[in-house]
Amino acid sequence: MDKATLDRHGLKPEEYDLIVKHMGREPNLTELGLFSVMWSEHCSYKSSRIHLKTLPTEGPRVVQGPGENAGAVDIGDGLAVVFKIESHNHPSFIEPYQGAATGVGGIIRDIFTMGARPIAILNSLRFGPITDASAERTVDDERRGIHSRGAEAVKNRRILSGVVAGIGGYGNAFGCPTVGGEVVFEPCYNGNPLVNAMCVGIVKTEGIFKGRAEGVGNTVFYVGAKTGRDGIHGATMASAEFGEGSEEKRPTVQVGDPFMEKVLLEACLEVLKTGAVLGIQDMGAAGLTCSTSEMGSRAGTGIEIDIAKVPKRETGMTAYEVMLSESQERMLLVASKGREAEVMRIFDKWDLHAEPIGTVVSDKRLRIFNEGRLEADVPNEALTDAAPLYDRPWVEPKNAAADEDVSKVAAPASLGDALQRILASPTIACKRWVYRQYDSTVRTNTLVGPGSDAAVVRVKGTKRALAISTDGNGRYGWLDPEEGAKLAVAEACRNVVAAGGEPIGATNCLNFGNPEKPEVMGQLVKAIRGIGEACRALGVPITGGNVSLYNETDGKAIYPTPVIGVVGLLEDATQALRRSFQSEGDAVMLLGTTGHDIGGSEYLKVIHGRVAGRPPKLSLDAEKHLYAAMLECARASLLHSAHDASDGGLAVALAECGFIGEERGMGGIFDLPSGGLAPDVVLFSETPSRMIVSTSSPARVEEIARKHGVPCVRLGAVGGDRLQIDVDGKVVVDTTMAALHTAWMSLEKALS
Amino acid sequence: MASVGVVIFPGSNCDHDTYHVVKHVCGQQAKFIWHKDSDLSGLDAVILPGGFSYGDYLRTGAIAKFSPVMGAVAEFAKKGGPVLGICNGFQILQEAGLLPGAMLRNRSVKFLSQPVNIRVERNDTAATAGLRVGEVLTMPIAHGEGNFYMPDAELDELESKGQVVFRYTDIGGGLDDAANVNGSARAIAGVCSPGRNVVGLMPHPERASEPELGSADGRRIMEALIRTVVHA
Repeated sequence: MDKATLDRHGLKPEEYDLIVKHMGREPNLTELGLFSVMWSEHCSYKSSRIHLKTLPTEGPRVVQGPGENAGAVDIGDGLAVVFKIESHNHPSFIEPYQGAATGVGGIIRDIFTMGARPIAILNSLRFGPITDASAERTVDDERRGIHSRGAEAVKNRRILSGVVAGIGGYGNAFGCPTVGGEVVFEPCYNGNPLVNAMCVGIVKTEGIFKGRAEGVGNTVFYVGAKTGRDGIHGATMASAEFGEGSEEKRPTVQVGDPFMEKVLLEACLEVLKTGAVLGIQDMGAAGLTCSTSEMGSRAGTGIEIDIAKVPKRETGMTAYEVMLSESQERMLLVASKGREAEVMRIFDKWDLHAEPIGTVVSDKRLRIFNEGRLEADVPNEALTDAAPLYDRPWVEPKNAAADEDVSKVAAPASLGDALQRILASPTIACKRWVYRQYDSTVRTNTLVGPGSDAAVVRVKGTKRALAISTDGNGRYGWLDPEEGAKLAVAEACRNVVAAGGEPIGATNCLNFGNPEKPEVMGQLVKAIRGIGEACRALGVPITGGNVSLYNETDGKAIYPTPVIGVVGLLEDATQALRRSFQSEGDAVMLLGTTGHDIGGSEYLKVIHGRVAGRPPKLSLDAEKHLYAAMLECARASLLHSAHDASDGGLAVALAECGFIGEERGMGGIFDLPSGGLAPDVVLFSETPSRMIVSTSSPARVEEIARKHGVPCVRLGAVGGDRLQIDVDGKVVVDTTMAALHTAWMSLEKALS
Repeated sequence: MASVGVVIFPGSNCDHDTYHVVKHVCGQQAKFIWHKDSDLSGLDAVILPGGFSYGDYLRTGAIAKFSPVMGAVAEFAKKGGPVLGICNGFQILQEAGLLPGAMLRNRSVKFLSQPVNIRVERNDTAATAGLRVGEVLTMPIAHGEGNFYMPDAELDELESKGQVVFRYTDIGGGLDDAANVNGSARAIAGVCSPGRNVVGLMPHPERASEPELGSADGRRIMEALIRTVVHA
């Protein structure tokens, strides 16, 4: 095979040698195609697998860990929550609407493939700046050669608009509510937006399905949409850096059809109830190739199919094209021999294709025929478990900006003005412009929708509810990948706890640059280490996820950005908590202590134009104690609201508690203890493990906090239309809620 | 007890929600009707739920009107049977000619998902019997095409015949352009047939039928429909 062909397939010469060794001969072009997609970074996790193995994946509630289409965790009453997060970064840059839409479609399919009904979607989105404002520019980005000017802002706005419309366009039509997530703006995401979608579903534990081709002689069905030439080599595209001309890769992005997916969902859930189906897997990245080889590999069997029987949208498609197509809304399922008619009857009811295209065989090979002519014959294992595994060289991540002492920055003249500027920063500002485009109430389960720390959805037929949050912090990750990853885990768990939920499982989406660069690989290794340590300490298993590498454009990598999705359980749905203050006169209390943590903070970026210093040091013990205290208070129904103090610090958190939903809300007079820190640090420090709660029973909250060893101070009371913040009794901020609200709504204004 | 049919078109996605409210919140008998069926016998009322029937491809509701069930729904309505269309169900009833007007894209040209306030304009319809004219109900909307349109002359006629059932208002019931979020002509959120037994509205009463979801106002519409049936 010549080098040009190998390059086109994203295969290295040594990888080709390995293919020949597995095959015992030279592969033909179709076979080479199968290897190229299955051995792509996207499908094989070849750079990350050895490190991912170190993550904690077990726990008393875990029903399904990594390795299947999604993870599953027991929630009692014979039910399990099925969830996973996945990236669609590369396609969303090339074609924002369809890239994001098919990202949502793909993750939804992963959930209902398990037999679960999807009940909620969340998204973590990261874009380059959408305004030309100086707030988005920092010395540290400029030093890395990442500039943000008007031209990028226009382009980023177009990407943002397309991605948001695509997520809404798919999720709304499909009928699964988009209930939460995050939207972050940093110059490093210029040309490399991050679109991470998480889906959550509910299933009867005994009704969980797996992607296994069980039982030699059973029938392999192709169901759903027809196969076209779209998305061929999508997985390979997603495993390379971007450079000039990346937009020309548009044909590798698929086109989504949410209607087809909705009908497919209903038909699949109906057919899974019959007992005729033994295994099912969706066709996502690497399409038919991935589903056939993985289903065989998991069950220790093989699959033979004839691609002549695959429903096609176009004529003259070769075996190569059919096997590598990433057309959307398709599933592969294995049904018991003799029960084919039951399967076909249900798909027929829904006007969908269900074509028997092959059978399960015993000899662990994937054989592809075209009208009876053998086109490919490959050992399953070579495509899946025996894919290359790299222990890529890595170096300890070094970052001069992180070593800088940022403790001496000059405090701004007016802390009230600084607070307004931070509230107006697009990352902090109200995201209603985004989530108003998402149907967040369909399925009538949404108890707490977008805009709070975590979304809360009830589980019908039980008293329970789930709190869900997705979080990450790229700046922290860039300054210290290991600490940044720990902080991301803690932030997601803390948000779930703020809603009254006990974290029971997590999924991760690791967005990094090119792993062939030792410094990027070092970031990945350290981040995985951090996630592992935090998850172990907090008792939250990782049940699956996704790795997105090569997030670079013109050689400049994004911030190492691990995004963590956490699911929490509320035994009593009526105990769900929101961010906003509820009643005048309620006592406002701070759980946790404030330290000198402005490294990597929003304050340092927006007010001082720097991304530098060390991110906060997380104490996993303090974090754990905070959860215990919070959950005891929540379960005793003592709290009227809860909001964690993180991005933007206490001042931003107090203002956000005051805004009721998207309205101006109520302020208050609050006195913060300085603990020897300067007022600007007290207001904007991002020390983790802190929570602001409002209550009418402050003494009981104090008592519970004390019992768990969590510092607790009464800051003041809710009321009035001003926010006054004192530090050690001295007024440092005194602003109308109206002014703060205007600043907070500035993103919506800028985009409308 | 009323027996209420909830029609499932391919792409309906509020069918389960509507069924849930009829059965578990209002305590009535609920029955799913597959769009290929055309037997509505034994039903006291029919609801066309929200969603994206046939993906709303071509035009909202344009393909669903050809489903076999729609002939039966027209027949049911002709005999005076109460029919409620919610969101996409409303659009389908418009396409089928059972309700007046057409839907344009929202004036923002964006999908809108948010709570709105609607004022009850008539209490002599199948879905508002027993409500007070002028009272304001809060419930969510979630649509991209809810901008009600009719030529001015037809709007005048619609008004004069008392077929405007709900209007978008502020929380106090006042007309306000900002409250008319999708830009509907004369802030119309819901209308009825000349016989007042077919009612359509864009907001989702079934999503506001339990207090824990933020509002239980929508339950009053669902109960009005049931009341109509039980008293009929």
